[in-house]
Amino acid sequence: MDNLKPIIESLLFVSDEPLTIDKIKAVLEVEDRKAIREVLENLAREYDDQHRAFFLSEVAGGYQLRTRPEYGEWARKLKQAKPPRVSRAALETLAIIAYKQPVIRSDIEHLRGVDCGGVLHMLLERGLIRTLGRKDIPGRPLIYGTSRRFLEMFDLKDLNNLPTLKDIQELGESWPNDST
Amino acid sequence: MTETTLQETTYQVQIEDVFEGPMDLLVHLVQKNEVDIYDIPIALITEQYMQYLNVMKAMNIDVAGNFLLMAATLAHIKSRMLLPVHEDEAEEEDPRMELVRPLEEYLQLKCAAEDLATRVRLDWDVFARSAGEMDESAAPEPEGFVKVSLFQLIDAFQRVIKRVSHEPFMNITVDTISVKARITEIVDLLEGKESITFEELFEGHATRGEVIVTFLALLEMAKSQVVRIMQHIESGVIRIFNG
Repeated sequence: MDNLKPIIESLLFVSDEPLTIDKIKAVLEVEDRKAIREVLENLAREYDDQHRAFFLSEVAGGYQLRTRPEYGEWARKLKQAKPPRVSRAALETLAIIAYKQPVIRSDIEHLRGVDCGGVLHMLLERGLIRTLGRKDIPGRPLIYGTSRRFLEMFDLKDLNNLPTLKDIQELGESWPNDST
Repeated sequence: MTETTLQETTYQVQIEDVFEGPMDLLVHLVQKNEVDIYDIPIALITEQYMQYLNVMKAMNIDVAGNFLLMAATLAHIKSRMLLPVHEDEAEEEDPRMELVRPLEEYLQLKCAAEDLATRVRLDWDVFARSAGEMDESAAPEPEGFVKVSLFQLIDAFQRVIKRVSHEPFMNITVDTISVKARITEIVDLLEGKESITFEELFEGHATRGEVIVTFLALLEMAKSQVVRIMQHIESGVIRIFNG
């Protein structure tokens, strides 16, 4: 296919979620992953070289056109975006689930030392976490993990892309801030 | 620590909002005293911890059980520290480790949470095309469907239960099925399918007991978000979707 590039670009343009190479393969009915990957890399480079307002983000296992952070201010105005209301409790819970998944509620609560029922419910409602089933122990508690939406939201390619947990000795001066 | 400085800091606490849990308070005390978490002056920290609890009580804040549990742990460690260490027991672990490990892990995850907070955020820093529709909501709802209200669900339930005969044809002992077992059956029913109708759930149900168990199972699953119960806007058909 000699017009592979504009075709893939058009798919990226209309897709409302990160587009995986597998999806592109299925649409184009081709087998050559390498060619697709090359086109994607080319496109990404082009957008960067030409200083386009958007870039090709590798996120949640796929590729997505996203506006650059430096223009966020203007996009926010148009979209009338509300500041992300993620409380400290929610972020801590989310971090625990992201790093410790699959994880059950009592483990999360053990780590944080507080009840997490309300926070878990809110995170489920916002689609940032999902249930992965039930653990085969008395009470059959739900098992939690993060969702694809979580990766999309926090600009992560996949879970391996999460920064490694810091050693406390390493932390030294940079104590976590009380006020966030 | 003098009385006045304590007053000052507790005043700050009021502004900063109360500590969410005992771990938060402990982290705060360790930070404030600038002590090494691997060498916590346990007597000092315990004392300050108890002072905070008293202040919280005085402020009429319900001191939750987990705060008291931590207080007990601190007191226990403190008392163990006071015991003389015999030469032959020198190998024994520092009693403070009981505190250090969870504290360490908590601090690590607190840092990770802060990292998350500073990441480039979709729908704030960056925007994707037609991202707005998914904004703030969970998984997109199936097209043409709305979330069913409790009353509509009860109506549907009443329709099903009316169909089940009130009078037993004959008296036989029925194997009763538990809600828990029924949940497993419903999960099986849903496996490999996106959704099933409300009526399909009750297929083959002969007794009111069975219908009620199924309905309870459905409510339980909806509560734990294993399924979503949706109604088709036009036909009014209620369908159960995989959560």
